[in-house]
Amino acid sequence: METQHRKWHPIAASSDLPLRHTFHGQLLGREFAVWRADDGYVNVWENRCLHRGVRLSIGINDGAELKCQYHGWRYANRTAGCTYIPAHPADAPARTICNRTYPAVERYGLVWSGETPDGELPEISELEAGSPCALRAIPVNAPADLVTKRLAEYRFQPNAKIDGQGAEITVETAQDGHLSLSSVDGEVSTKLLLFVQPVDSNRTVVRGVLSDRPKQEDELRVFLHHSRRLSSLRDLIEAEAAGLPVPEPMQPVIHRVSEELASMPEQTLSGRTAPLRVEVSRKWETAAGIAGLKLVPVGEQLPTFQPGAHIDVHMPNGLVRQYSLTNGPGETRHYTIGVKLEPDSRGGSQCMHREVREGDVLAISEPRNNFPLRRDAVKTLFVAGGIGITPLLSMARALHHSDLPHELHYFSQSEKHMAFPEVLERLGSGVVPHLGLDPAETGKQLKAILSRYQPAMHLYVCGPGPMLEATRKIAADHGWPDNSIHFEYFKNTNEVDDSSSFEIDLARSVMTLQVPAGKTILAVLRENGVDVPSSCEQGACGTCLTTLLEGEPDHQDVYLNESEKSSGNCIMTCVSRAKSGRLVLDI
Amino acid sequence: MAVCSDKTVLNQWYAIGATEEIEPERMTETVLLEEELSYTVDALGSPKVWRTGHDAGELVPSQCVYGYVWTCLGEASGEVFAIPEFSEPDRRNMNAATIGVNVSAPRAIENFLDMGHFPYVHTDILGVEPHTEVKEYDVEISIENDEILATRCRFFQPMASQASGGGADVEYIYRVPHPFCSVLYKSSPVDDKRMDVIAVFLQPVDQEHIRAHMMLSVLDEDNDDKSIRLFQQTIFGQDKPILENQFPKRLPLDPRAETPIRADKSAITYRRWLSRKGITYGVIPAAA
Repeated sequence: METQHRKWHPIAASSDLPLRHTFHGQLLGREFAVWRADDGYVNVWENRCLHRGVRLSIGINDGAELKCQYHGWRYANRTAGCTYIPAHPADAPARTICNRTYPAVERYGLVWSGETPDGELPEISELEAGSPCALRAIPVNAPADLVTKRLAEYRFQPNAKIDGQGAEITVETAQDGHLSLSSVDGEVSTKLLLFVQPVDSNRTVVRGVLSDRPKQEDELRVFLHHSRRLSSLRDLIEAEAAGLPVPEPMQPVIHRVSEELASMPEQTLSGRTAPLRVEVSRKWETAAGIAGLKLVPVGEQLPTFQPGAHIDVHMPNGLVRQYSLTNGPGETRHYTIGVKLEPDSRGGSQCMHREVREGDVLAISEPRNNFPLRRDAVKTLFVAGGIGITPLLSMARALHHSDLPHELHYFSQSEKHMAFPEVLERLGSGVVPHLGLDPAETGKQLKAILSRYQPAMHLYVCGPGPMLEATRKIAADHGWPDNSIHFEYFKNTNEVDDSSSFEIDLARSVMTLQVPAGKTILAVLRENGVDVPSSCEQGACGTCLTTLLEGEPDHQDVYLNESEKSSGNCIMTCVSRAKSGRLVLDI
Repeated sequence: MAVCSDKTVLNQWYAIGATEEIEPERMTETVLLEEELSYTVDALGSPKVWRTGHDAGELVPSQCVYGYVWTCLGEASGEVFAIPEFSEPDRRNMNAATIGVNVSAPRAIENFLDMGHFPYVHTDILGVEPHTEVKEYDVEISIENDEILATRCRFFQPMASQASGGGADVEYIYRVPHPFCSVLYKSSPVDDKRMDVIAVFLQPVDQEHIRAHMMLSVLDEDNDDKSIRLFQQTIFGQDKPILENQFPKRLPLDPRAETPIRADKSAITYRRWLSRKGITYGVIPAAA
């Protein structure tokens, strides 16, 4: 019997897997959930949700994932890894929650699998040449070896003489759980392959495949012919099996989950809390490679946001990412964010693009604003590069609403890369697109835009690092003072040097702590029970900004501007360190 | 010889039928722990239960409690666990349903303790997406009563009550005072200081089949018995196909058989409690 486990067996017909269906298959006592994703991939999985053992064959195939009916756990196409556990929307499912998968090959109109099949699915030479046509599967209540033996007696007519009788049948091969029969009537002949699928010790499915598809006008008669004859043979086999002792049902081994998964995970006590629950009420492609997500509250009203604010999104894969709100003033029934799919994503934007769907619940932080908008400027210039549009969109909408003078310069690859076009349209002539420019042309445009500085003008810049650097430099060159240039980096691309070790004194908490090499100030504070807010934890967002009372800081962030850095009176505790042996923080 | 060799299970009391649904003196047949039984209740309300399979005719202990005939096939010790609310004069007590389910008793108890499935299985009634979160709650094993107690359980319910227009968090308390019985307390829509009681008394027919008796003790003056029953039967009817598609049907007590999450705290406690009691019936015991 063991050898059966190392063989390929048919477990379904291709026609058993129509769009978004989940098929219940069985082989050697083991049940499978078999489903085809929208990309065509056929998944053959253990028919059990790892959580509470509910059959996944009653689950919902949404085209990309299979969702368990009991608690809504979702498992991804191909990997069978769990991507979402609705009972704990703030926690990431452990990466190792992964259902057992079995190999799957679709060939000759059948889906083939096995427990641990050796090698590749062997080619069936009779079916390689023609146009194979799978017949209706015939379940038989009898052991596979008996079925195989009796199938050699099967009699049938060739396709082209289906209404004739007395065709000559030759059994050409009978091995490896399949028979190859040839029916010859005069000058016409048809080959039929009969595959025997051992479902359980006393249950078998016979799957016939004709080597050639019948002519269309004969199709129905051919199918009926085989259905009737195979059914008659089934009755004979079942009658014979009824007289034999009933074998014990097979007992497939259900593998245990890992030790790590068996214990109940503790509540995560990250310093980055995500007290809000939002539902993705709409997800759409707002521009090439950019997903728009509209988040509505689950339960209570969403907290107030300000233009420039961002939220932390705790993703189903465990990562935490910051996204700026694009909302206009008074738009408080939802938060809308834009997420660009980063080709070198470390999993954040990929998760938002591929795994998060409409209807999902996400855990998010309250909005924080580290990129505040002044509204006392004689004129405000916004310079956006690519996805850097998002915070500036919210700002421009606020100024537009109040009729305050502003220009929104949007640098983008092309028109179809411009996010939230419906919002841009409402902003009217305030929006100036700059499309498809190379760095040199961009520099030229920026010089033109930034050449007419007047006192009480303000500039807000958000975009990719190099463009941001260029804008800041050009502005400075054209006389924009440091405090009129406001910027927000997506991320800190500087290599953080955490080799120093030093002491921190917490002035208000009256504590002295050691910060060793390799550990951040923030981590040391948390370990000692001092709760301080943080968000990106890489020196870009500004959330962990702390007042510095004494000591010489080693700034490694991209949040503070040069004059703020040189003033030496604030520090980002997530990346920055000390040049002196000791820092006194206002905590 | 009894078919069931699990002494702890054998010595428990089990509800086998609702007294209000049988005519006095009329004999009813049933199966408990694979033993065939017959029972009657006389005009005065006294029950009688006897074996009809092996040892046919042998009387077994019986009593009527909470509107059901209870019996014990082993050595009966003590009383059926207490549900003090049942005797409060203004409550309506009834058997909401007796439903056969093709599952082991402990799987059905776990389902009764579970809140995470409300939005998926009882959509628009006990839960609705996107309100899927199971908030932190407390579970303990009460030492003096040897029963599991889960408190501070809250779940968003779209139809919190017929009186209230919208959804709200509903509070639950769960008790498991018997390996195969559980009692649920749920905030009453008519009296915010009291709670409705919904209990399941499972009758294990064999290791993988049960009859579930659902007892209600509620504060409700507006709805008739039929609509109250219909509501509970709808809920149970939604659970039934899920329970019957759990594999294996017996509850695995090996901690590595399935994957728990924090929302399953009460189920984890229940599995450990069964393991500690040495229960073998209806479960797959953890390998020693």
